[in-house]
Amino acid sequence: MTVRLIDQPRYVCALGAMQSVQAIHRGVPVLHAGPGCAAKLAIGIAGSNGDSGYISPHVYPCSNVSENETVFGGEERLRDTIANALKVVDGDIYVVLSGCTTELIGDDIGNVVGQFSGADKPVIFVATPGFKGTNLEGHEWVVNAIIEQYLVPRGRKAAKRGLVNIWGPVPSYDPFWIGNIRELEQLIYDLGLVPNTIFGEQRGIENINRIPEAEANLLVSPWLGLSTVKLLQTHFDTPYLHLPTYPVGAHETTRFLRTVSERLEVDAKLTQRVIERNEAEYYYHIERTSDVFLENRTMSRRFTTVSNAADTLALSRFLTNDFGLVPGTQYITDSTPPQHQTAVAKYFEDFSYGIRAPVVFSTDGYQIHQSIRKEEYYGPPLLVGSIFEKILAEELSGNFLAVSVPIKERLVLASSYVGYRGGLKLLEDIYGYVLRKFN
Amino acid sequence: MINLTTKGSQTREGRLGSVTGYCGTLRDLGNQVSCGGLRSRERCFSQASLCNAACALGVLSFITDAAIVQHSPAGCAVTAMQVSNSREQLASALHLDLSHSGYLCTDMNESDTVFGATDNLSCVIRETAQRYHPRAIFIGASCVSGVIGEDLASVARELSAELGIPVAPVNCEGFRTRIWASGFDAAFHAILSALVKPPQKKSNIVNVINFFGSARREIVAMFKRLGVEPWFLISNSTVDQLSRLSESAATVSTCGTLGTYLGHGLEQQFQVPYVRSLQPHGIAGFEDWLRGLGQVLGKSAEVEAVLSEQRQTYLPRIDAIKQKLKGLRAMIGMGPGFNFNTARALQELGIEITHSAAWHFDKQYDDGLVPPAFEYLVTNSAHDFSLSVSYLQNHELINLLIQHKPDVFFSRHVGSTVWAMKLGIPALCLYDEYAIFGYRGLYNFAQSILDVVTNRSFTDNLKRRVKLPYTEWWLNQRPNHFSSPTNEQS
Repeated sequence: MTVRLIDQPRYVCALGAMQSVQAIHRGVPVLHAGPGCAAKLAIGIAGSNGDSGYISPHVYPCSNVSENETVFGGEERLRDTIANALKVVDGDIYVVLSGCTTELIGDDIGNVVGQFSGADKPVIFVATPGFKGTNLEGHEWVVNAIIEQYLVPRGRKAAKRGLVNIWGPVPSYDPFWIGNIRELEQLIYDLGLVPNTIFGEQRGIENINRIPEAEANLLVSPWLGLSTVKLLQTHFDTPYLHLPTYPVGAHETTRFLRTVSERLEVDAKLTQRVIERNEAEYYYHIERTSDVFLENRTMSRRFTTVSNAADTLALSRFLTNDFGLVPGTQYITDSTPPQHQTAVAKYFEDFSYGIRAPVVFSTDGYQIHQSIRKEEYYGPPLLVGSIFEKILAEELSGNFLAVSVPIKERLVLASSYVGYRGGLKLLEDIYGYVLRKFN
Repeated sequence: MINLTTKGSQTREGRLGSVTGYCGTLRDLGNQVSCGGLRSRERCFSQASLCNAACALGVLSFITDAAIVQHSPAGCAVTAMQVSNSREQLASALHLDLSHSGYLCTDMNESDTVFGATDNLSCVIRETAQRYHPRAIFIGASCVSGVIGEDLASVARELSAELGIPVAPVNCEGFRTRIWASGFDAAFHAILSALVKPPQKKSNIVNVINFFGSARREIVAMFKRLGVEPWFLISNSTVDQLSRLSESAATVSTCGTLGTYLGHGLEQQFQVPYVRSLQPHGIAGFEDWLRGLGQVLGKSAEVEAVLSEQRQTYLPRIDAIKQKLKGLRAMIGMGPGFNFNTARALQELGIEITHSAAWHFDKQYDDGLVPPAFEYLVTNSAHDFSLSVSYLQNHELINLLIQHKPDVFFSRHVGSTVWAMKLGIPALCLYDEYAIFGYRGLYNFAQSILDVVTNRSFTDNLKRRVKLPYTEWWLNQRPNHFSSPTNEQS
């Protein structure tokens, strides 16, 4: 039989979507799960990047399922947990998430949650047992549940001119999520549109309430969120624009601005002014730093990315189309659902100058590392990935940057790789490693 | 008595009668322990706690040449992410080779929950052996493997015979205990039953049960004067070293909670004396710990020489700083091992304990006796003080902090420090297990306390700008509101 395994895990289970609920200001995850799921998943995903917000994992109401519930069922415990969660924790929306145990023992969680439909605050339910999917799928299920169980019953609203919902970065799992979302907002704002996002500070239930008022949904992600924007189209007739690559650096950001501008009918002159202003600033920095970029002994010419689909696509396009490196094999480690893999792989086929990047989907870090060891890079490679690639990069005398989970050994607060400035930030980080060696 | 013939360790609740729900005082709890009336209060509302699997597999993952195969869905293997670089950071300081270790997961899916997946588990174990050539493999249980009744012990037996290395199940299903320290016992059960061999000879090594050995240099030098060498367990140890734990001259521990199963197990099975003492926090703890070891080794005179030097160097300095700490009132939120040892050290500095919140309570260790650090406080504390037991229930912690208004809060667990600071109470997280080690540690600790209560900028700035996630209603309830006395379970 073929062996199914994960070696060097780089994603977690569906319950990891609790982080997406936490990222909604005053959103409260209520777990019907084991005692350690929340703390473990949080420390794995958020890691060194902090998890002590308004709500944090030890504040999540949780049934902390014990042996007793595995024998006698946990519905009563869940009912108590939800009822008291509403009394104790001060939130705006309560999202009940199930874990493996409670799904296996057959608790009718939907029925228990349904008993709270008359509560002062919305209480919704998402089945997120670990054996059913990844945290990325879980994220999508959470957002979709908010739409179906909270927004749809509230009904349609008149569209507000220029309002655009932005979907894409996944809270916590993308270490740069806040910075990336804010930068996408800024790009949309620069085009004279009004961005609406639901995650992070000073966003929350009001922003969720505005979702049906948008003129368009903008999805910036290779595959995650497609079902969300389609769902919004079904329920609210909102058209969507799907841009698979989140834009890093001048080449992709300019392309991003032009596409959004054309599709959402923004004044072309305004778009041109925005692009010119930003490119002038961007190339001011590239020009004044070119000596460092070009004249050194240790920078790589070829690179490999080992990350989730979104990062692997965005960073490999930047390094190729913007910075002139040549892609080696690109690895996607987020257990991308099979039905999306063909489409995602295609996005690696149209780099500039007819360059194509070979792409491999795998959750087996050991095999990925073995393949990298065998690949010919014609010099020391640049490995962009997670902390798992650090030692391999040292072994290959290459360069290294951790950008995705588990990221470790670096702290990310508000910074971002999105946009013109994001490209510059990425170069700062890559050369921060390159310049540590004798040059 | 520890039974190594069973498939796994019993939980603390079942084995030691440990509890996770109590609200009262130090001496009341002491009375309940001695009179045998202690019962755990159950809660009808709780917040997310911690998992014994993280303790069990976290500890085992630091063995340098063993592999872990977690029989679980993808999420449980998040522990592999957590330890991904810390193993390397720890091992590289000692130039140790980690190439024979690994942490894999069987990625259980929905069909596995129906049909079982021990075949895939066996394949993953074989693949792990082929990839890393580990000297032992631990099979980590999960809630899913437990609920569907996977027979990990049989798989372990078969694969051990096939691969010619120890393969041991670790019974750490998340639902089986509210006490995450039960996971330490599960890990040590696996080590004791599958790795440790009968002694071939006696060595001059002293087993030091601890987490990460940060006081290595200091302890090596000190033990040298007693004619012994410390072996820091179990991070940075090899399977071969663990197999010879039975040959050591003695075992000591820096944490009673952590050490009980392995320390008493080695004593009961292989007659390695386990030093039953306070833990080496502060003056009384350090002296008791080292004297206990000196007695076992017949080196009491050498121990007294070490203690006398330490006293001369640090006592005057500690006395000087004590004057500045006068009048401070402290609250502690930690597991019972560090909690009661920290309380004693704080009392040595003249600081009053307003409340101790323990994340569980062991009324006995595996020798059937009351934990020394608790017994010491009951006997010696100048005042009785308020004490509660919960499995890290943050809403209770908040109301305890509001009720007791300490000047400073001491924590040790992830996510538990900031809450005091949000209330404007300076807090100090004692992640390093040797933070209060001996005289030197107590001196540094005293100065750190003075620093955090003097410069309150971070605390005050944060407090002014945040809102607590609890309702006004909750903030006005008794901390033990949800653990109704009518809901008692033994």
